[in-house]
Amino acid sequence: MKRRGFLAVLGAGFVAGCNKFADSDAGSKLLGAAEKWHKNAHDLLMDRKALAPEFPRSAISPFFRGNGSVDPQNGDYPAQADAGFADWRLEVRGLVEHPLSLSLENIRKLPQRTQVTRHDCVEGWSAIGEWTGPQLSLLLDAAKLRPEAKYIVFRCADNLNGQDYYESVDLIDAYHPQTIVAHELNGEPLPIRNGAPLRMRIERQLGYKHAKYLTAIEAVASLDDIEGGKGGYWEDRAGYQWYAGI
Amino acid sequence: MKRHALSTRLWHWLNLFCVVILFMSGLTISNAHRLLYWGDWGFSRQQAWLEVPRFPDWMTIPGYYSLAVARDWHILVAWPFALGLLFMWAAMLLNRHFKRDIATSKREWSWSNIKRDIIQHLKLDFDHGDGKYNFLQKLAYGLVLGVLLPMMVFTGMAISPGLEPLLGWMVDLLGGRQSARSLHFIFAFAILGFFIVHLALVILAGPYRQIRDMITGGRIDEA
Repeated sequence: MKRRGFLAVLGAGFVAGCNKFADSDAGSKLLGAAEKWHKNAHDLLMDRKALAPEFPRSAISPFFRGNGSVDPQNGDYPAQADAGFADWRLEVRGLVEHPLSLSLENIRKLPQRTQVTRHDCVEGWSAIGEWTGPQLSLLLDAAKLRPEAKYIVFRCADNLNGQDYYESVDLIDAYHPQTIVAHELNGEPLPIRNGAPLRMRIERQLGYKHAKYLTAIEAVASLDDIEGGKGGYWEDRAGYQWYAGI
Repeated sequence: MKRHALSTRLWHWLNLFCVVILFMSGLTISNAHRLLYWGDWGFSRQQAWLEVPRFPDWMTIPGYYSLAVARDWHILVAWPFALGLLFMWAAMLLNRHFKRDIATSKREWSWSNIKRDIIQHLKLDFDHGDGKYNFLQKLAYGLVLGVLLPMMVFTGMAISPGLEPLLGWMVDLLGGRQSARSLHFIFAFAILGFFIVHLALVILAGPYRQIRDMITGGRIDEA
């Protein structure tokens, strides 16, 4: 018992030191910089267009877990869900020449990509599913990005703990061939827990980047003025890394 | 001649610092999802081969539950940890520390030699005779430097989704992402096991001299 007490004191001292460092200017800068070192190393080692592994259909997991919002009750989402999302619109807006407002029918009529990929949650679990939808690049090209556009922001219908969910990626991930606006999981319309009727697939990054309940795709020059300024719901709320490829 | 080369000493303390931070922040990350799986996927108790206990906050970094802060520490310190290990391997191949002190010879792999080593250890007899390390020490240091520490780097990289286009073959070799995650956990606790035995033996073999020599380098004067 005494030894455990000693260890606890030693541990507490060490942790206090670590936290003091993390709270200092230099410390918080260094901790933030590591994310960029990893991103730069990934960019150096690989083509950012390189594909995430795709699996055969036989590898699909029997269930696809939902996380975060799994049944939004805010705004008109429940009514939309009851109506089978018949009036759902997806806007493409912001720094674009031709803003779009698309129905689910419009989206289903575009050329589709189907991919069986593994979804990795930041918490540690994984599930495999088959996703179908048009590539985001099709929508961006149709709306024609203005040269000032640097990031693509995904707006969502779900309100989690009092804040609207959103996410963002750079243009390289936005134009990645596996970045799709999915409306089907395993050949069926998306279940509500997985983001019905539309969600993003950002296959080279962790699950929290894959925005669900998608209502708008917004081209912006900077993330600074959007919500908390860190580029995403979890980034603002809990300090998750914006580059979630690690 | 110094008992420990400067490169060994620098790496030893850097590595201790890194492993402690990585382990303690890793416990927070484990607390985020306490189930381990084999294969590519797994997300609930039904698929889990192990439910890890929740580690109390006092033994974690940052000392309270924050997955984001723990991940910040983990991915920062992963750099000096991995680069330090690379440096140590280069140094001990160049200065022949590996070949001279750690690599075992065929002769040492005999049961009678191993038995004698075990009995010596049990009697707490730390007089090695010729050579710097006995067989069990060589085996332990060889395993830590050659398997446990590098496997932490490799399994860690295999869990990183952004690296998968490059390292997909390694993920497959490890049995899938969830297997890599399980191995990451198993090797981490194997390192903790080494750490405890190592610490116990240092204490039994005369902690003052052992720690002093790992700082100043000491001198080989027993011969």
